[in-house]
Amino acid sequence: MNPLRRLLLKGAGASGAVLAAIAAGALRPGQVLAASWNTGAFEAKKVGDAMSGLGIANPVDSADIVMKAPDIAENGAVVPIEVTSNVPNTQKLSIFIDNNPNPLCASFDLAGGAMPSVSVRVKMQQTSNVRAVAHAGGKFYVAAKEVKVTIGGCGG
Amino acid sequence: MSMSRREFLHALAVATAAGMALDARRAFAAGDGERLYDVPRFGNVHLLHFTDCHAQLMPMYYREPDFNIGIGEAAGKPPHLVGEHLLKAFGVRPGSVEAHALTYLDFLQAAKTYGAVGGFAHLATLVKKLRSGRPGALLLDGGDTWQGSATALWTRGQDMVDACKLLGVDMMSAHWEFTYGAERVRQLVDNELAGKIEFLAQNVKTSDFGDPVFKPYAMREMNGVRIAVIGQAFPYTPIANPRHLIPDWTFGIQDDEMQKVVTRARAEGAQVVVVLSHNGMDVDLKMASRVSGIDAILGGHTHDGVPAPSIVRNPGGQTLVMNSGCNGKFLSVLDFDVRDGKVRDYRYRLLPVFSNLLAADKDMVAHIEKVRAPFAAKLNEKLAVTEGLLYRRGNFNGAWDQLILDALLDVKGAQIAFSPGFRWGATLLPGQAITMESLMDQTAITYPHTTLTEMSGATIKTILEDVADNLFNPDPYYQQGGDMVRVGGMRYTCNPNAKIGSRIADMRLGDQPIEAGKTYKVAGWAPVAEGASGEPVWDVVAKWLRDRKTVSTRRLNLPKLVGVEGNPGIG
Repeated sequence: MNPLRRLLLKGAGASGAVLAAIAAGALRPGQVLAASWNTGAFEAKKVGDAMSGLGIANPVDSADIVMKAPDIAENGAVVPIEVTSNVPNTQKLSIFIDNNPNPLCASFDLAGGAMPSVSVRVKMQQTSNVRAVAHAGGKFYVAAKEVKVTIGGCGG
Repeated sequence: MSMSRREFLHALAVATAAGMALDARRAFAAGDGERLYDVPRFGNVHLLHFTDCHAQLMPMYYREPDFNIGIGEAAGKPPHLVGEHLLKAFGVRPGSVEAHALTYLDFLQAAKTYGAVGGFAHLATLVKKLRSGRPGALLLDGGDTWQGSATALWTRGQDMVDACKLLGVDMMSAHWEFTYGAERVRQLVDNELAGKIEFLAQNVKTSDFGDPVFKPYAMREMNGVRIAVIGQAFPYTPIANPRHLIPDWTFGIQDDEMQKVVTRARAEGAQVVVVLSHNGMDVDLKMASRVSGIDAILGGHTHDGVPAPSIVRNPGGQTLVMNSGCNGKFLSVLDFDVRDGKVRDYRYRLLPVFSNLLAADKDMVAHIEKVRAPFAAKLNEKLAVTEGLLYRRGNFNGAWDQLILDALLDVKGAQIAFSPGFRWGATLLPGQAITMESLMDQTAITYPHTTLTEMSGATIKTILEDVADNLFNPDPYYQQGGDMVRVGGMRYTCNPNAKIGSRIADMRLGDQPIEAGKTYKVAGWAPVAEGASGEPVWDVVAKWLRDRKTVSTRRLNLPKLVGVEGNPGIG
């Protein structure tokens, strides 16, 4: 456990941390969004359309993509998903949730040298396959896992 | 004989008053105790294990299930064997005392013959006996220890914490413990257990940074051998139980983290690595196939009394998986012979705890009497007498749940009633009194509210499908380890082998099919949502029982099962 770290971050406040990142030039929301927001892909209702919207074609199953996600979500409103790609030269990581109203939930463009490892918390209304796609050298690699969303209770 | 001592023997006394077992001791032949409990020491590493005692300090009866259906790869394999199928698979002689302990067969007659099981005073005697021949032996408690009785609820687990310290528990993991809330758990772990009982859980992390909340494992030196015990709490606690009670903690199976802990313990010199698990046996079997380097998983949660370990091969060799039943009915003994840094051989015994074969330990009796004294009047209130056998365990409605459902339907004026598929709860024999204590044995939880809700037929179907999938999903990692929600007032058909969404069919209220768009009045209890309210279920059922005085044998509302004919998980 790291109580000191938690205390420091709580003291700083989440918004403070984000502001610091923006000030340092790591995040430039307006500019980034304006330049590359892929409306078609993010608003697609079907996972196939969302993938085509990002130009993903013929993704191959790959053990080089490591996805950490719960087997059963503890809270469908915030499901933690972590994706790390060990595919050399990964330029982009995209995460899809088949049964969400808009299956594409995140897509990360990785500048040269950035570690292809991302973590998101997403909302899921129902049980679904979660897919992570790595884009590398014009090819596409995918890992998938089912995350169950249940009403809970009645256990044990 | 003091009043409280008589009270302590109440299980037997009530049975005698009802004209049943006159002297249960006679049912055991001379030498039975020696035969059952004389377990010679083997090797040099000794582990004693009990789990899911559900705060049952007193001896009681516990009927094993006649429905424990295995689906997919689990079909027909332990623990999904009941009755004669179980006896045959493990070579247990029908009609023997072991057969009574392990199955529901001829339960009523055998229970009268052999008497009550469990009870911490009797368990303590057995633990002492086994420890005396096993220097350094560790006593491991798989959890579900602080919940399941009136006194545990009213003392918020304190009676069980003290009982476990007296029993000599060395390490524990947990599940229902968490339903007292994070603050109470922290308080008991940090103040009461510190230096005495290690509370181990490698899979409980803070939900912000993923930092460990509890110690993941403990190392011990025993007879010159270094051993590691890794704790695994129930992975789905925040889903099966109210998440708001532990809002900052996240759970999960986390078998990649488990692998890291095993590897670390081995690197620190552990020659034997065992997992003290609350996964449930199906999850343990899958985890054993995916994680290397574990010698044994001593498991619980699913309440399976399995007389021999399942041996699971994995890339690192093999792992023994066992499950030690529940309610203090069994104590497991696992001996390893470790030479030159490696496990060479093992012996395992699952010992039934027959109260009549084990003298009550004096110190434990004194503790139990002290715990109960302030509550005696409340505990002993006789609400009614049962004419039928009342039990809970099984995939579908048991007689105890049927009673609760019948009471909910009546008192709440509902058309349909739901009761959770809990696996704990003692058994009452025909003629026994239903006391407030025995009612609390079925209902003592920290979120006991009853509810009356208008639900559409579509919602009712969704709930049944959801719970059925938590029980019958062929992948154990998607199961939660409870049984099917108990249903009153409404009939249905269940196909366990189907996929979610198509297991439940032909839902009917009387002769009328349940309509998706129509609303129905549904009573229930144990809501997991924050802010729920409603009269505690024990008050609702107690009122109903007091009005009746005698409760007739309940007619079980069992679903019509499809596609599982011949499954050896059906008795």
